[in-house]
Amino acid sequence: MGEHIIKLPDVGEGVAEAELVEWHVKIGDIVREDTVLAAVMTDKATVEIPSPVDGEILWLGAEIGDTVAIGSPIVRLKVAGEGNVKPQSGETEAVAAEPPVKLPTPKPEAAPPVVKTSPKAGGTDVKPAPAVSKSPQQPSVSGSPRPEGEKPLASPAVRLRAKEAGIDLRQVAGSGPAGRIGHEDIEAFLARGPQVARAPGLARNDAIQDIKVVGLRRKIAEKMSLSKSRIPHITYVEEIDVTALEDLRAALNKEKRAAKGVERPKLTLLPFLMRAMVKAISDQPNLNSLFDDEAGIIHQHGGIHIGIAAQTPSGLVVPVVKHAEARDIWECGAEVIRLAEAAKSGTATRDELSGSTITITSLGAMGGVATTPVINHPEVAIIGVNKMMVRPVWDGTQFIPRKMMNLSSSFDHRVIDGWDAAVFIQRIKALLETPALIFVD
Amino acid sequence: MKEISCKLLVIGAGPGGYICAIRAGQLGVDTVIVEAGKPGGTCLNVGCIPSKALIHAAEEFEKVSHMAGGNSPLGISVTAPALDLAKTIAWKDGIVSRLNSGVAGLLKKAGVKTVHGWAMFRDGKTIEVETETGSQVIRAEAIVIATGSAPVDLSFLPFGGPVISSTEALALSEVPQKLAVVGGGYIGLELGMAFAKMGAKVTVVEALPRVLAQYDAELTRPVVKRLAALGIEVMLGAKAKGLSTKGDALLIETSDGKSTKLAADKILVTVGRKPVTDGWGLDQIDLDMAGKFIRIDDQCRTSMRGIFAIGDVTGEPMLAHRAMAQGEMVAEIIAGHKRSWDKRSIPAVCFTDPELVTAGLSPEEAKALGGEIKIGMFPFAANGRAMTKLGEDGFVRVVARADNHLVLGIQAVGQGVSELAAAFGLALEMGARLEDIAGTIHAHPTQGEGFQEAALKALGHALHI
Repeated sequence: MGEHIIKLPDVGEGVAEAELVEWHVKIGDIVREDTVLAAVMTDKATVEIPSPVDGEILWLGAEIGDTVAIGSPIVRLKVAGEGNVKPQSGETEAVAAEPPVKLPTPKPEAAPPVVKTSPKAGGTDVKPAPAVSKSPQQPSVSGSPRPEGEKPLASPAVRLRAKEAGIDLRQVAGSGPAGRIGHEDIEAFLARGPQVARAPGLARNDAIQDIKVVGLRRKIAEKMSLSKSRIPHITYVEEIDVTALEDLRAALNKEKRAAKGVERPKLTLLPFLMRAMVKAISDQPNLNSLFDDEAGIIHQHGGIHIGIAAQTPSGLVVPVVKHAEARDIWECGAEVIRLAEAAKSGTATRDELSGSTITITSLGAMGGVATTPVINHPEVAIIGVNKMMVRPVWDGTQFIPRKMMNLSSSFDHRVIDGWDAAVFIQRIKALLETPALIFVD
Repeated sequence: MKEISCKLLVIGAGPGGYICAIRAGQLGVDTVIVEAGKPGGTCLNVGCIPSKALIHAAEEFEKVSHMAGGNSPLGISVTAPALDLAKTIAWKDGIVSRLNSGVAGLLKKAGVKTVHGWAMFRDGKTIEVETETGSQVIRAEAIVIATGSAPVDLSFLPFGGPVISSTEALALSEVPQKLAVVGGGYIGLELGMAFAKMGAKVTVVEALPRVLAQYDAELTRPVVKRLAALGIEVMLGAKAKGLSTKGDALLIETSDGKSTKLAADKILVTVGRKPVTDGWGLDQIDLDMAGKFIRIDDQCRTSMRGIFAIGDVTGEPMLAHRAMAQGEMVAEIIAGHKRSWDKRSIPAVCFTDPELVTAGLSPEEAKALGGEIKIGMFPFAANGRAMTKLGEDGFVRVVARADNHLVLGIQAVGQGVSELAAAFGLALEMGARLEDIAGTIHAHPTQGEGFQEAALKALGHALHI
């Protein structure tokens, strides 16, 4: 029997470390080759780590939420045969007559395998921690009445005192172990004075659930903090009349069905906006930039890679439509649909989730009147799409119903002046209000 | 006709009634108690106390008889021990009469007036007592019915002649050679084992597939083992059918449907107890019933205002200490205190050999609540004190909730474990968690250590197994 150490493989180009987000195995499990051992996350892609061999798990080298350096040992397996760990005892090295004290013992804690970012002390605790931990083992009882049908727990003396004071113990929270009601709880209850009888279902809930911020949620939190702390945002909201655009979109979607041979996607508003942005950027290329504020350099990109913020079950991700400048409206539409599916099902690759130069955020039907989008650092602009609705518009003689939609957009005010931001949005507005302009050069 | 009035009238001076009257007297309530027999009721006169006296005598006799056999590992030898049951009974009667006068004294000390005679309700406020000196009418603001229970008899095997109830069994002047016990419940086994130890050839006839059916099989296993060791024959699934025409044998239908005859000098019928609801004018006041018992609420109030009922007449468990707790509570309610029944457990003890104690929920009952449970069991075979008493059979078992370790029930079987009932009851009443019991120093060497170890076991770190 030998030991096989699995190190965290290189999971992506230029990635030095990854966050462990899930253990699929525990110590003592028997695994086969290709059994998924763990999931790690880099930037916004989650990568599964399969076992290269058959064996039994002896040791797990990180806790969920830990950031692990590429190449660090993460799992030790007991395997048939020699394994990849050199035997350390004198068994095969008969000449090794050194006292055993000097031999390096393969204790798990001997080689700290992980870059600990969590403040948890000690590297010896290798139990996989649940991603969500209710931190106090005992149910939090400070004030919450006990679950339905459970008797209040109190010693006979406390019960007698409550009876004499006319207190219904079912209304009294217990601060003791297992929710036991003590004399001090009675005093606290009395101190609060007679309370208006509460209707069932309006019970106080003082429970606090501690949820560890790990995985995608942690990435989002870090990214948002970075954006909001580094970038002075300017947000500009403008109203767009999309009546003509909607007519065109309906016509195109109808034509799509008539079209033969080529399968065309159903067009949403997004591809039109993307093409309008491409056109506007050709006039103001500085909007399509990544600002390296530490180096003091603006990387102005020729390729327009539009990130599309998408909500997934686990949180916000931003798949990227690469080279929108080289895609026509149909291709843009198809790519958005493909990426949205991939993001929702969690199959989007790391490459598909990175490399944007400007971003669109849309809450669709939930879009509201206006939003204050957060710039996708290190980009310099983000275009927010609000909800389209029919509003009365004064045409000079009367109110007429028009399909109106707001764009709420934020810019990095360090490198984009308010004037430039307004010009950019006004250009997009002009394009969207007269959509034929999108298609002429 | 003499007539008196009082604030509280208690009918029956059993453990429920006399406690109620004493407590009421202490609280300054003008109280009268009526009793036709001697104070103390079933418990003191023909139940708990005399049976324990007899069981103890039997145990002692069995010990010396065993030593006389030359098999004592203790190295003690005696020759030809003999039992004079009449003398034993006289000793037992001595204890009973001391306690009778003790109770009478306590009642007197509390300022309670005792009226000797049989009470009959006239209406909800008035009773009439037939005393030796004539009829006495008593009017009371509140009346407590504490009439207790009596042994159930079988219509095909009525008491009389060789057919006896527990009452007569506790007054036999000589040990029957062959004793048939009908009913393998706790009373039948307690007395059956005692008579077997005193030299009787005992056969237990039980209609159910096992004895002590109220307890789980794991708990009763050491008792079943001991029954066999004492040479007691147990016929399970067998029904008593009646007395043979000569009156010297019990007719039985065995589990396979065959009729058989069991020769017996005495036939002890212990098939349960029934509430005493006849003969004191229940029909005059027409109380709501719960089955054959009087219906009460959580303050022991009956359906009629001012009338309370406590003890065996109100239902299961028919135990003296339940009646006492009810009696105390009712006295305080009548004295104007706010009280209601809020007890967490009524421990039950069975004085078989070995003894059984239960408090709170059994594992099955706890499971039925739906939540996850933890069970910890510690065998006396690993307890030093039990070894030194030649009492290694049995165990302590603790049942607790898995989530917050609240102890739900405690059971034990073993020599002398009845005394552990105090610790078990206290743990439940105080709302102990497993950690509370595990964290309490239990004196060494005692059988009580088994309780601590059982809690430790449930927590996963027992020290002595």
